[in-house]
Formats: sequence, C-alpha cells, structure tokens
Amino acid sequence: MSALEVEGLARHYGEREALGGVSLTLETGRTLVVFGPNGAGKTTLLRILATLLRPHAGSVRVLGASIPDESWAIRGRVGLLGHEPLLYRELSPEQNLSYHARLHGIGHERVEEVLDAVAISARAGEAVRNLSRGMVQRVAVARAVLHEPDLLLLDEPYANLDPAALELVAPLIGPGSGCTRVICSHDPGGGLAEADLVLGLREGRAELLRSAGELTPGEITELYR
Amino acid sequence: MSPVADAPPRLAGEREQTQARRQLGTWRTVGAILRKELLVELRTLESVPAMTLFSLTTFVVFHFALNRSSVEGDLGAGILWVTLLFASILGVNRLFVADAEEGGFDGFLLAPVDRSAMLIAKALTLAAYLVALEIVALPAFSLLLLGTPLGPALPGLLLTLVLADLGVAVIGTLIAAMAVRTRARDLLGPLLALPLFVPIVIGAARATAPLLSDSHPTWPAARWLGTLGLYDLLFGLIAYALFDFLLED
Repeated sequence: MSALEVEGLARHYGEREALGGVSLTLETGRTLVVFGPNGAGKTTLLRILATLLRPHAGSVRVLGASIPDESWAIRGRVGLLGHEPLLYRELSPEQNLSYHARLHGIGHERVEEVLDAVAISARAGEAVRNLSRGMVQRVAVARAVLHEPDLLLLDEPYANLDPAALELVAPLIGPGSGCTRVICSHDPGGGLAEADLVLGLREGRAELLRSAGELTPGEITELYR
Repeated sequence: MSPVADAPPRLAGEREQTQARRQLGTWRTVGAILRKELLVELRTLESVPAMTLFSLTTFVVFHFALNRSSVEGDLGAGILWVTLLFASILGVNRLFVADAEEGGFDGFLLAPVDRSAMLIAKALTLAAYLVALEIVALPAFSLLLLGTPLGPALPGLLLTLVLADLGVAVIGTLIAAMAVRTRARDLLGPLLALPLFVPIVIGAARATAPLLSDSHPTWPAARWLGTLGLYDLLFGLIAYALFDFLLED
C-alpha cells in the first residue's frame, strides 16, 4: 500500500514557483530522503504533506487521504519535525508535551515515556528558552513522536544533536521507528544510508528520483552545484 | 511513471492496533488551549500587567487633566469605557503572537481537533484578561474619578461589563487572528478592531451612564443591554463562520 502518492504537485508563493510538477510514490514503512539546495522546495513539500499548506496543482494522497479535501482524516497520524520546534519557549518541556498530549487525547504517562526516551526528564520543568539548542531539538523529537504517528516528516532532524543524542533519538525517528518517513537532508552520505527512495529538488523541480541503491553520494552532491 | 522503492515495508502490525485514533471533544480542546494560554501569561506576564498599567495611568491622566473633584453620568461612563477598550487593544495585539512566532498554529493544526476550539479558547482567554483588568481598574476609576463608591451601581455595571467583555473578546480574537499573520500586525490590529469596538463603546457607555448619576442612579436601559447582546451574538456567528478560514493556509 502506498503511504504517499504525489502527481504533478505544484505550489506557488505569489509569482514564485516553489514546487512544480513533482511526482512520486512511497510505499508504507519506507523512507524518502529529499535533497536539494536552500530554497529548492523541500520544506514546502513537507508542509504540503503535513496538510499545513495547500497544493496549487496536482494531486496528493497521504496515508490514503486526498489533500486538502480529506486532510482532517490524517490529522493526528502525521508527526512533523521542522526547522521550528513547535514548542512554547516560556513553557517547560513537560508543559509543552502535556499540551500536545491533550490535543491528541493522550494520557500523561506517554509524556513521561517520551521525555525519558530523549533523556530530558531531569530538566523537564525548566522553560524551553533556558535549554540548549540540542536539548530543544530532543524535546521537539519527543513532541513529533508523542502521538505515535504513522508518517514522520523530518526536516534536518539531526541538526544540533551530539552523538549521544543521535543514539537517543534513533529508536524514535530512525529506521527502527517503524514509521513511513520523509526526511529533508543536506548530508548525502547519512541521508543515503537512511533512504529507500531519493528525491533531488532544484528550484522546485524534481531533478532526481531514484531508489537509494542506485545512487552514490557524489551524484547527490551534484545537485548542489 | 513514478519510481517506487523496492525495499520491504518496515511497518509493524502492532502499530495499527495501537493507532486507535483519538478525537477530542471541542470543550476538552478548549480546556487544553485555555490552560496553556493562562500558563504562558502567568510565566510571561505580558498582557494583563500592561493592560492594567495602561488603564491606571489613563485614569490618573484624566484625574489631573479634567481638574474636577468627580465625574458622573455620560462623562464618567465615556472615560471608563474608552479607557477599558484601549487597554483591551494591548491584549488583542498579543493574543496570537506566541502561536505565530513559536509554531503554536502548526502544532494545533496537526492535531485531530475541532478548529473552532481555538476561537472559543482564545476568546475566553481575552475575556479572562479583561476580567483581571477590571478587578483592578474599576476600584481605581471609582477612587480617582467618581469620588463615590461603586456599590449601588455594581449589579448593573457587572451585567454591562459581561456583555461588553464578550463582544470585545470575540471581535478581538477575530481581528487578532486576521492581523497576526501580516507584517504590520501591531498597526493592523488596532486599525481593524477600533471601528468594530465603536458600537460596544456606545452601548456600554449609554448603559453605564445612568448608573454613574450622582443624584439617583438607575438601572441601565434594556435597549442598550439588548444592543450589546445582539452585537455579541452577531459577531459570535461571524467569528464562528470565518475562523477556520483564518487558520487555513
């Protein structure tokens, strides 16, 4: 079964085309890694798949639901880890996660479970603004997986994480998470290692769409030249 | 044809069993948002202290500028309501700032909840700010400008306050949601809100004036209370109809 079916997707910001003619299919449980230079349309693609942006042309099906008409059907099944942590800076990690847990109808024990998983429990009562960027990223990972989503949309998820933190978040957002994943990355080696399917974007266009096994890091680096 | 990766699916069957989808009732969502709003305000003290200080300063300015021992009737009611409405603008301007700047909108939109819950919760938040403001501002108004205790006028004044606060809260939330995603939100909020607040000032001041009469305070005229109630209802319906679109991309 396909988790993502995208055909001729286009999105504009005013006159500027952020995405145009993007098509892909991703089977359930697999990982799509999206490469491309800054401004290539990676974040726009992720936000459309998260139902936060409307496509302007083409068809998009996410977890079987047509976007945007059936977006309501997949809310709560998608976990988004973007550039912004989606955390209130003045609240503590525990308060932030409790708020999200209430929105998703989840009990408080799950909040404690994910805070433990990212090793933030000891500082769960401090305001997020007092935490380091790496810690904030760990809390953001905990927020993204709090409701046990089927689809994880991850925009440079390993940014600001040290090696120990990478080990902590691996079971939550790594290949072992069991989720279908879409990852935006600038790391050809690391991204390829996680990918089943690779999409290379440049100026909103799909320049590359191949199985990961057919690609080398060098071919991906070419996208940035 | 789009290529499809050929690695085996990694989705565990147990995931589907644990993915019993949760759909929260609107009022539980309202409670969650309201709780979060009050926590943020308690931690930052950004809105209520500013609103309160503004109103106190304005009463002091009127006290010295008018150079009168006391005001009553239309003048007193006008000073009270213009001050409260301008103070409320400070709360309106801050209402969605944390959501817009810290990703609160996205977090909310990703959840399987009724979007109207945010309208209700934000309006209740603004109403709570107004109540906190009025708890301080009314005694200060009485002390600095009335010269007499508010006691006899209090029941009628409370009714007028409830109706006016509801209108300000609903209109303020609607305008704040419209303005917050624009670059000129600090300018746009007051510019859009103040004209819509004018009928509330008129209705509330006319309803309050007889209560502040020195000679014989009387109950507010039903037509002004009715006007406020109808205005609240009208904008409640407009806000309910429009709010989903304001949250959309």
